[in-house]
Amino acid sequence: MSITLEIAEADKPVQTPEAKAAYDARWQRVMDCVNLKTPDRMPIGMHPTFWLAKYGNVTCKELMYDYDGTANIAERAIREFEPDVHSPMVLGTANGRSLEAIGFKQVKWPGHGVGDDQPYQYLDREYMKADEFDDFLFDPTGFYLQKYLPRVASAFEGIEDLPVFPGLHYFRLVAGIRNFAKPSVKQALTNIIHAAEEVDRHSMAHVNFTDRMTALGYPVSYTTTGVSPYDFIADYFRGATNMMKDLFRNKDKLLAILDKACVFLSRMIIKAGQASPCPIVFIPIHWAPDPFMSPKQFETYWWPSFRKMLMNLIDAGLIPMPMWEADCTKRLETIADIPAGKCIYWFERTDMVRAFEVLGDRVALRGNLSPSMMTTGNPAEVDAAVRHLAENVFHKGGKLILDCAFGLPDETPMENVRAMFDAGRKYGA
Amino acid sequence: MEDMTDQEQQLVDWLADMMEDEALELAKRMLLEEGASPLRVLELCRAAMDVVGKRFEEGEYFLPELVLAGEMLETISAIAKPLIKSAPGEEPKKLGRVLIGTVHGDLHDIGKNIVSFMLDINNFDVKDIGIDVPVQNFIDEINAYNPDVVGLSGFLTLAFDSMKETIEAINQAGLRDRVKIMIGGGQIDETVRAYTGADAFGVNAVEAVALCRGWTGVAA
Repeated sequence: MSITLEIAEADKPVQTPEAKAAYDARWQRVMDCVNLKTPDRMPIGMHPTFWLAKYGNVTCKELMYDYDGTANIAERAIREFEPDVHSPMVLGTANGRSLEAIGFKQVKWPGHGVGDDQPYQYLDREYMKADEFDDFLFDPTGFYLQKYLPRVASAFEGIEDLPVFPGLHYFRLVAGIRNFAKPSVKQALTNIIHAAEEVDRHSMAHVNFTDRMTALGYPVSYTTTGVSPYDFIADYFRGATNMMKDLFRNKDKLLAILDKACVFLSRMIIKAGQASPCPIVFIPIHWAPDPFMSPKQFETYWWPSFRKMLMNLIDAGLIPMPMWEADCTKRLETIADIPAGKCIYWFERTDMVRAFEVLGDRVALRGNLSPSMMTTGNPAEVDAAVRHLAENVFHKGGKLILDCAFGLPDETPMENVRAMFDAGRKYGA
Repeated sequence: MEDMTDQEQQLVDWLADMMEDEALELAKRMLLEEGASPLRVLELCRAAMDVVGKRFEEGEYFLPELVLAGEMLETISAIAKPLIKSAPGEEPKKLGRVLIGTVHGDLHDIGKNIVSFMLDINNFDVKDIGIDVPVQNFIDEINAYNPDVVGLSGFLTLAFDSMKETIEAINQAGLRDRVKIMIGGGQIDETVRAYTGADAFGVNAVEAVALCRGWTGVAA
């Protein structure tokens, strides 16, 4: 193991003293924001997904399938715009081969349900039925093996024929492994190993890319992602409308499953986050927006398990970066209940000035240039929007990392991206 | 709604108060055991939805209440509709026709489905033509269905251009003056409305109903 690590370390691109100085200055800007100190200037984040296809003049499909090509396009973009932090662009886009190898059913992507020049899209479905709450609660791992994994990825089909492990003992344990000899299980294991090897190639492409960017002086914004317990169940198990009905029909079971999910999600994220060179954990938030539930429902079902998870991550030395999608203005007072100087709150449509008023002494802020303005507006409008944020948030003491509302929209014209970075430097000094 | 019996009022209240088990049991009893008029029961459902819509507008209710109300009404409708032996003219008059779909390139349907349901329960004829709808399908459906309103839905930013293309095509087909066009979805705002050339945008299903009522001459 140590030999492998040494080789991997030796393979890392070398960072020149100049690049190190640039890297440290950029990272310091972000960490000053996290620590609620005033940085030397307003940091700027760059978080594109399929905008890279537009920038590199390739199709979305090419971006998803060509590790080296995508890394080259992403590097060009980073070197042109020189963000203070960038996103793990290869990890986030070039996953077509992995999706194919695992036979992923929860997403449609180019060549698999959408056109070659369209982004991947998630399929909101019921992946766990209402009468399966008890199974999940009793034994989440068993539920994954018996039900969930074959439902969401074809590589796992057959894995449900594995023995039920709890209960195996003595000679019953010896006999119990017989199921591994079943053709269905053998095929599943072969498929999973094949998929894992592709995922490993993808992961290495991602690691090599971020290492190279580090050597060039550009820190990555995060490499670990997380999910709130409520969103985990709503998006990936129950589906949107079923989860909304669960708020009335399955209240107690929902609360129990959120408590349980908080524990294993925290463990999963902490393990990944602590193995990562970057302490920031990106957590896209889907179900917190104001219209999605009442304040009482939010405070009962959504926030407690997420807050507990945030605290677990913070206690483990990580920096949670929830991205609060849509408008969460009515949630601001509630989500302010965390220790100061430990998180980055990224807002999409929440008024950033209002967010600064409520949360300015608690968290760093990130965002939030409007997607409609970025895609359909002109450079003067982008300039004005950046100026508004700089003058009314950053220069009033807000620890703002300038970025788009949920990352760079796929269709954003080049001149608007240039305007965003130019204005960020002009007004953020 | 006036002149309700105590039992009818109870049904409206339970539906409006999200008391699903009680409301469904009572509706079933009224329809299957007591011989209540199915049209009358559906009318009570609409009265309950008026209350739900009002509470939504006033900020007391949110999306989960609209969804649960939709489910309750769907269940009751499934029992009531086969029992209808209506005389001509007995069914409530429809306020107008709405053609709705998610624009091409976008596969999202949750918001569109809620808008469709809310329009349906508010006495609009709704034709939902699904997700990822090609421009030409909208043109063909407008010609065939002759709607008063066309609703374009989309969640992704790519929908901005798809909506613009669809509206331009409707214009080029000479159909623009025949329909009002509303757009909606997670990223839709006034900037997108102006960009696409739509007549209006809505941020939720209740706003969509208000737009359609306004365009078809119904007092809000």
